[in-house]
Amino acid sequence: MKAPRRTRPRYWRGAVLAVAGLYFITPLLSSFVFTVHVPNQGLTFEAYSGILSADGFTESLFLSLSLAAATIALALLLVVPALVAVRLGPPRLRAVVEIVCMMPLVVPPIALVTGIATVLRWGPDHFSRTPLYQTFLAVQNESFPVVLVLAYTVLALPFVHRSLDAGLRAVDVPTLVEAARNCGASRLQVIVSVILPNLRSSLAGASFLTLALVLGEYTVASLLGFRPFAVWIVSVSGAEARMSVAVSLLSLLITWALLLILSRAGTGPSAPASAGAIPAGAAGAAAIPAAASATPAVGASALPAATTPAAAPIPVPGKE
Amino acid sequence: MKAGGRTRRRRPPRAWLGALPLLVFAGLCFGLPAGALLYGAVTRTDPASGTTELTGEHLQRSLQGPYLTSLTGSVELSALTAAIATVFGVLIAQAVVTSRRGALRGAVLTASGVLANFGGIPLAFAFVATLGISGVVTQIGHLDALGWNLYSFTGLTVIYLYFLIPLMVIVVVPALDGLRPQWREAARNNGATAWQYWRHVGLPVLAPSLLGGFVLLFGSAFAAHATAAALVGGSVPLVTLKIADALSGNVLVGQENVALALSLDMIVIAGLVMAVYLPLQRRSSRWLH
Repeated sequence: MKAPRRTRPRYWRGAVLAVAGLYFITPLLSSFVFTVHVPNQGLTFEAYSGILSADGFTESLFLSLSLAAATIALALLLVVPALVAVRLGPPRLRAVVEIVCMMPLVVPPIALVTGIATVLRWGPDHFSRTPLYQTFLAVQNESFPVVLVLAYTVLALPFVHRSLDAGLRAVDVPTLVEAARNCGASRLQVIVSVILPNLRSSLAGASFLTLALVLGEYTVASLLGFRPFAVWIVSVSGAEARMSVAVSLLSLLITWALLLILSRAGTGPSAPASAGAIPAGAAGAAAIPAAASATPAVGASALPAATTPAAAPIPVPGKE
Repeated sequence: MKAGGRTRRRRPPRAWLGALPLLVFAGLCFGLPAGALLYGAVTRTDPASGTTELTGEHLQRSLQGPYLTSLTGSVELSALTAAIATVFGVLIAQAVVTSRRGALRGAVLTASGVLANFGGIPLAFAFVATLGISGVVTQIGHLDALGWNLYSFTGLTVIYLYFLIPLMVIVVVPALDGLRPQWREAARNNGATAWQYWRHVGLPVLAPSLLGGFVLLFGSAFAAHATAAALVGGSVPLVTLKIADALSGNVLVGQENVALALSLDMIVIAGLVMAVYLPLQRRSSRWLH
């Protein structure tokens, strides 16, 4: 491929990228300046040094991390067997599983919360004299709200499904399963020692995206009245404006670092954790020449072109 | 689908059991709340007698007065931000795709992948520190004297673009990659100007991807709640904020059903968005491979 000779220099490209760069970098720089520079006082790093000892910080962060761990475990436990079953079972199952996993994209998180809140209200209303009532109380335990894990797993399904589905695309599941079964492996052994190793990077991708989603999630938690990390940031913002910005900046940078590591590792994030992107995978994968399709070792991201700079060689017009 | 193809094996019996936990979970944790939402939105329970009857009252109320204002506010904000982000996203993507530096491409795409994953609380506070009342840029540029206010429709627009533009870049780069140089050369050899090429070849081929991208951005902006909640609280009428208010009982008691009806309105709009998006996505893969 050879790009046509340009007949005139293209200043617009530099201009567009400069403006975009300015817009995307300014808030980050400003946030940093805002946290370390106090008008009429000069430089101070108090906003950062005070975070660890701040009231509620460690509890909320610990809560968020443990929720994230539980959500990742539950989502993977549900989706991996389902996707393997899709490749072994009746053809119609594929459509069913896909629709089930994509449904949460149509229901905005806030609508999901209203539904969940309604269901939770049934507890005291209808079940107060039945053993079920204990269950209603247990899932809303302040120290570890199981109801949040369930809600977050629902929100994470589309991303987890897409990441793992893309990874499994590069694996010939029926043949591998058949071979392993013929060698005398049990079903569980097949999944654990044959399928999972082939999905390493997709599993990492799905886990990271879920982690980012749970750490940043505010809507569901705040409306159900719990206080994980994001809710805590908002609750201190009134009294400690500087610190809330400092914590926000740190959590942005840490999440970005995680996602960067992830995209370097070959599976890329390709969906906003906040909103839920529908995969551009069909168009994206289609745009990649067959030769460049990712191998299991690299991990097939839903958007190889967009997110695997280190992976498959994408022909860039004019590069060759 | 590459793996699989024509297989000559017998399907193992009971293979579908692996999908059972997922289906049960989805039924319980997604189907049940969704059903409860639907049920609450269209029924009324008389507290005195305990009887329940069908009613269109809640849905009707959710399409009136301040509730309607919040719905239209959300739709306006989402449409505006999606449109702006579509234009800028395409410009940035085109700048990257036509650039000869692979490193630039990698950097922009990686950054987009990371930035698109960001909405929510930290983003809101980063902008408070930047363009808020005592924000750094506000102070340096004396923007308050110019009437700048972050806690407004305009302010939210500026913030939403921060995660929508990268999302558009991600979505549209594969489509731009699919525009073959041969088409451009053919157009040029036939005497077409750049404008004619875009008018008759480039844009028609890209149209499904662009529209699909716009629809996707619209959906993202429409469902966003955390950023707005941390910032404006209630000064900008948005449907997500209204639902949150009604849920947390900040308004009159007995508003839960209206919250449910509003949520149902949202789901209908989001469903329409998806119904537009999915066929477009299939169409866009017709030329671009």
